[in-house]
Amino acid sequence: MNWALILDVLSWIFILVGGGGVVVGALGLVRFPDFYTRLHAAGVTDTAGAELIIIGLIFQSPHWLVTVKLLLIGAFLGLTSPVATHAVAHAAWMVGFRPLTGEDLTYDTDGE
Amino acid sequence: MGAPRNMFAVATAAILVAMVLALIRAFAGPSLYDRVLAGNSFGTKTVLLLGAMGFLMGRPDFLDIALLYALINFAATIAILHFFSYKKATMGELAETAAPTAATLGSPATLGSPATAPVSAPAPGPSGEDGGAT
Repeated sequence: MNWALILDVLSWIFILVGGGGVVVGALGLVRFPDFYTRLHAAGVTDTAGAELIIIGLIFQSPHWLVTVKLLLIGAFLGLTSPVATHAVAHAAWMVGFRPLTGEDLTYDTDGE
Repeated sequence: MGAPRNMFAVATAAILVAMVLALIRAFAGPSLYDRVLAGNSFGTKTVLLLGAMGFLMGRPDFLDIALLYALINFAATIAILHFFSYKKATMGELAETAAPTAATLGSPATLGSPATAPVSAPAPGPSGEDGGAT
């Protein structure tokens, strides 16, 4: 077994899973019916897909400094992407946006 | 196994497709917060695109720009949200019925058009809170 071959296979796996997650999350960002569902799709898949793609790039880094930069980018994205998602959700909630509820996905106008 | 450079091309293509979809939501988003969310997602994908294209072209020096862009993107999202927090009166576009926005423009206390959102419970307005509780 070649060491570079193992690294290539690991990089392929991580990049394929991460790229698929990013594309599926962007599809959810376009297709979902509500702001909060779009928030869920974009927030979760951006964090997970970004981390997976960066891990896949780490396996191909030619120099240790490139690895350090990728680790810094991954750590920063992993810290700030949930914070930004929470900030958007908090701002929308404070203005008065409410999620779609119920079986037929309507706005909760009854108060219930 | 596959050619060693193909994985970066695959990652670049996937990120570009996702960026196009995020742009569609950013242009077609019915509310401000959809646009902010799509812009933040677009910025995250830009960071990934800079890294992947740096590896694709054999120049991983682009990672410095990607790191800087990640910092700027987060600060810009928080700054845009803070800027538009003073603009609550025009956010009456909750549902598709954008009719009562002209009525709510005058009084900023009644947030978000009480015909469409009667349950605006944590509204920070000092008065006019019981608008839609029926």
